[in-house]
Amino acid sequence: MDIDKSTLLEMYRRMVRIREFELTATDLFKRGQVKGAIHTYLGQEASGVGICMALRKDDLIAGTHRSHGHNIAKGANPKKMFAEILGKETGYCKGRGGSMHIAAFETGSLGALAVVGAGIPIAVGAALGFKMQGQKRVAVPFTGDAGSNTGNWHEGVNMASSWDLPVVFALENNHYGVSTNIKYTTKIEDLSIRAQSYGIPGVRVDGFDVIAVYEAAVDAVERARSGKGPTLLVTESYRLDGHYAGEPQVYRTKEEVEEYWKKDPIPRFRKHLMSNNIASENDLDGIEKEIKKEMVEAVKFAKESPQPDPDTAFDYIYA
Amino acid sequence: MGKIEKDATSLGTLKPTMSSDLIVQVKKGEPAQELSYQEAIREALREEMIRDEKVFLLGEDIAKHGGAFGVTRTLFDQFGPERVRNTPISENTIAGAATGAALVGMRPVAEIMFVDFSGLAMDQICNQAAKLRFMTGGQCKVPWVLRMAQGGGAGKSTAAQHSQSLEVWYAQIPGLKVVMPSTPYDAKGLMKAAIRDDNPVIYLEQKFLYPFRGLVPDKDYIVPLSKCDIKRTGSDVTVVASGYMVWHAMKAAQQFESEGISVEVVDVCTISPLDEETIGSSASKTGRVVLVAEACRSYGPTGEWGMLVMERAFEYLQAPVVRVTGRNSPVPFADSIENGVWPDTEDVVKAIEKVMSY
Repeated sequence: MDIDKSTLLEMYRRMVRIREFELTATDLFKRGQVKGAIHTYLGQEASGVGICMALRKDDLIAGTHRSHGHNIAKGANPKKMFAEILGKETGYCKGRGGSMHIAAFETGSLGALAVVGAGIPIAVGAALGFKMQGQKRVAVPFTGDAGSNTGNWHEGVNMASSWDLPVVFALENNHYGVSTNIKYTTKIEDLSIRAQSYGIPGVRVDGFDVIAVYEAAVDAVERARSGKGPTLLVTESYRLDGHYAGEPQVYRTKEEVEEYWKKDPIPRFRKHLMSNNIASENDLDGIEKEIKKEMVEAVKFAKESPQPDPDTAFDYIYA
Repeated sequence: MGKIEKDATSLGTLKPTMSSDLIVQVKKGEPAQELSYQEAIREALREEMIRDEKVFLLGEDIAKHGGAFGVTRTLFDQFGPERVRNTPISENTIAGAATGAALVGMRPVAEIMFVDFSGLAMDQICNQAAKLRFMTGGQCKVPWVLRMAQGGGAGKSTAAQHSQSLEVWYAQIPGLKVVMPSTPYDAKGLMKAAIRDDNPVIYLEQKFLYPFRGLVPDKDYIVPLSKCDIKRTGSDVTVVASGYMVWHAMKAAQQFESEGISVEVVDVCTISPLDEETIGSSASKTGRVVLVAEACRSYGPTGEWGMLVMERAFEYLQAPVVRVTGRNSPVPFADSIENGVWPDTEDVVKAIEKVMSY
């Protein structure tokens, strides 16, 4: 597949933006400035970016508790994201959602649902809505490996496949449901074969390789958009951080994590861009510098923003 | 329903024999037709589907079969398989898909065959649909209706997993609206209001009321959500009831007429958000209150209603509030014990006597 330079550079920019966002958010969290918990997407940048770059703005994603990366991959603004995780009125959800529910409807979202698997039926319904209204749009619910063991997942995939709905089921295998490695809870190792029992294509790609993910996503999205029905897209990835930032990770070895850091998708993509003369080291350094500056400004914006007015505490319960 | 009799074999069962003069909701001379409760729901669905092409139905066996109780029968023939959509047996995904479709501009009316099965969909109803608008800071809205049949089919013997009254499960969740019509008129008007509302609305159909008949206006009308309806005006005692229990209340009220005791019946046709004003004002006016609900006694609707009477009308009360409720029991199968778990007209009569004689 021939991917144009500007798309490739935008992929790089978004991957770096996710990385810097997560590192900055973790730093804020460790300094006690973020309440609640944050679940970072470190290591999975290529998966979200490869998939979301294959989508149009009016295609919709359903996120999870771990969706900082999905939002940025779909084009969300880090200013409004930091404002949200700091509980500010200027955040995407006006401080009502926080880290686990960040959802930027302006860039194409169905919400971020923090009950594992919950986005699946919702995305299936959105796809049904697209089809019934004759819209050539696609819905993409994200789940992890563990989410593919929920009833939500199996019910949803079954319904979408039996009705040929325009859905791409993004299954990001980061190998862990909280503390439990998928190998202890699931007999099969290749999760893409789950597609077979629903009569749809199941595709498995290297989730550290943004180009491989993008190419597979383009095919799956095209299939959905042209009315041929859903695809299960499994990206083999890894959660480099704990379940949440600061989580002690007693269930896995440091060596295991270090092995996966060697697969870090960002240096890998950087090398690809340079060795194929798509960008120079200077160009890429420039992007990183620009993103780091963007983060400083975004955090400043968030910190200076007001919290919601207590008089508005009960707004948005009913429409 | 002119004749409501006590069935000799089943304690206190109301018999839906014909159209009722107990509850009249259509003005004299107004063009109207007599419909059953079941038909009234169907006509509301039909008219809304004609009015708005975004309205569609999904649920198990609702197409040609017309649903477990025949409510959607004939709609499949009129609107076809796209808009009257049979689903897999996937309650959670029926509710979740309704939410997704609503988020992109559709107005789904989903059906879960029995409220008893809705435990399977609890997450999608209570954690997702109810909270999405709130937790996204108002970025979206979820305009759907979820129809579920509930309550006793007295004499129908459907036992413990097909007979419950579970309105309080959903009334506990801010973001949801919960309605429970008691008459054909209300069934049609509340369904139209629910479909046109921009929030997720739980619509609880009373199984025993499906065959009950009543006059329904020919014109387009709605029964507003979040309002109680005073089914009968009175001055001596207030009976607060919902669903099937409204009929026991009305029948009991009629019995007291000859004794010169004037009974007001407040129908809580929207369970949540609760119209506290109407219940509070009626209690303040009469000073005597009886509460009637089919659901299990403990933590049931009457606890909530009674507490709000304390908050709003305590200084006017002339007698302790009395409640008549379902028993804290799973619903049994055999007739002889099934009817024992639900209140009947006689129970309401005794409760009224109790508050009047205090």
